[in-house]
Amino acid sequence: MSHRIIIGLEVHVQLLTKTKLFCGCSTQFGLPPNSATCPVCCGMPGTLPVMNRQAFRLSIEAAVALNCTIAPFTKWDRKNYFYPDLPKNYQISQYDLPFSSNGSLEIETSAGSRTIGIIRAHLEEDAGKMLHDENAGRNDSLVDLNRTGTPLLEIVSQPEMETAEEAKAYLEAIRLLLREIGVSDCEMQEGSLRCDANVNLHVAQPDGSFVATPIIEVKNLNTIRGVERALNYEVDRQAAELERNLESGYWQIDTSRPGKFRDYNIVPIAERRADGTLRPVSKATAGWDERIGRTEVQRRKEEASDYRYFPEPDLVPVTVDETLLAQIRQELGELPAAQNARLQSQYGLTAYDAGVLSRQGRAFVAYFEIVANRCGDAKEACNWIINDLLSTLNERKLDIKLCPLPAESLGDLIREIKAIGLNKQRAREVYADMIDTGESVKQVIDRKGFKPVTDDNQLLELVRKAIAANSKAVADFKKGKTKAADAIKGFVMRETKGMANTETVQRLLLEELAKV
Amino acid sequence: MSLSADEVRRVADLARLELSDAEIALMATQLSAIVDYINQLQSINTDGVEPLAHASDVHDIFREDVPVVSLPPAEALANAPARKGDFYRVPPVFGE
Repeated sequence: MSHRIIIGLEVHVQLLTKTKLFCGCSTQFGLPPNSATCPVCCGMPGTLPVMNRQAFRLSIEAAVALNCTIAPFTKWDRKNYFYPDLPKNYQISQYDLPFSSNGSLEIETSAGSRTIGIIRAHLEEDAGKMLHDENAGRNDSLVDLNRTGTPLLEIVSQPEMETAEEAKAYLEAIRLLLREIGVSDCEMQEGSLRCDANVNLHVAQPDGSFVATPIIEVKNLNTIRGVERALNYEVDRQAAELERNLESGYWQIDTSRPGKFRDYNIVPIAERRADGTLRPVSKATAGWDERIGRTEVQRRKEEASDYRYFPEPDLVPVTVDETLLAQIRQELGELPAAQNARLQSQYGLTAYDAGVLSRQGRAFVAYFEIVANRCGDAKEACNWIINDLLSTLNERKLDIKLCPLPAESLGDLIREIKAIGLNKQRAREVYADMIDTGESVKQVIDRKGFKPVTDDNQLLELVRKAIAANSKAVADFKKGKTKAADAIKGFVMRETKGMANTETVQRLLLEELAKV
Repeated sequence: MSLSADEVRRVADLARLELSDAEIALMATQLSAIVDYINQLQSINTDGVEPLAHASDVHDIFREDVPVVSLPPAEALANAPARKGDFYRVPPVFGE
């Protein structure tokens, strides 16, 4: 049975503020437990939250960068639930009037680029952290409230991703974008970027309709690679589960509740109960176990969670005017998608090359532009940067900002290579030397004696010497083995330490061979 | 009465409150009075009246992103019923 995969992602990112969303406690990661709390974030009675200006500003910046529509008026709501990591017993979040909606993000996969819709982005507070304590036969939980109240941006995508690879690309694109504009450091290991994935399958039926498997929300996704693996696993699991349960009669296709998805019809699954009646199979959550590489379906929710949202009376609404938005748009500068497009149009780079450069971030692209403009050959500049510079940086675990070779120097090197016809091997030698010594390309080439042999008479002499020293190759050439000329040419190149112009040598050699 | 005993049980459950049948009956009466009052407000014609997001007409109140000194852990944990080191200790949590 062929199927379509439907994936929607809910991403939470911690904003790069110094303090929490509603109080002045530090948001620094890794502080001793419960050392960054106060009566406000601990939920003590009688305290009042006050919105962090920078958190709101960063949220708007992120939403503008995600092409969202920014609401001129926004408010906060209480989402009520009881859990030990939430001392107030409600989370201050946004319900019906989020500050942004209707955005989009461009992603790149092996299949090309696509635009994924974003339903909304809203600003809320993070909860504390729970640790499980299994000491002394007890199974208690330990709570650290340092994270409680940290500003969190929730970004909800449309259910538009169709492969695990696209989900991975979406996360990478969000991470690049938010890092570039300084909204979040997006460290999944430290929990500053977290992701829940909703996934199900629409399985094609002979009549042209599709059966929708129950939606599973996969939680506990701690790495981008983990998201991809979990989704691939979950897709296979749902396909097998559907086939197994339809075959056994435990599940039935419920034609009494037809629905629509985009431009086609879908029908849900129902569970056959002992008394023969049908009951809809509701959405469930699943945990991803990175270690064993499996999703574990937890209980299905009989009814939708009832969070009893209501407007937060302790916070006043916030308004956003065009002046602020215009200022933010201007300050954001060029975003990754625009940069990628410009690298292709302005420098004639392929989509692949432009993608590799723009994924490394703005500073990297700026480096490329200096090199390209200095040497006048964007393609060659890109090749050197992707093949050589990137490896150097990776080997030394360096950021481009700490690059040991200034962009101007690499530009000079590429220009010089072309000017004197230095071969790749020699060029790489000079490149490595420039990094080690910090000398200019001219200094290194002078020191190494890589002087091009441009004197035709000198080359002619060497060609004649080569012909004399390679009588067998000359005889082979005369018998029609044109390839034999390469051996003679190689002799000349060795004699000149590779510094002879190969085209000149070739021309002279053929002229001389004709005379033999 | 506008609220049934079952509805009160569900609300109590969401609020993690354990109520006896007598308390459920009492709550049903008291909460119904509140709900009835709201229903009375609901009957007012609000056509053309702009929705109100907040009772106060103030907006755009911010604080600057400047750190202040937090509570020492010992003080933060002073009211904790149980603790382990500088963590709050709570009974194991299954599901939600």
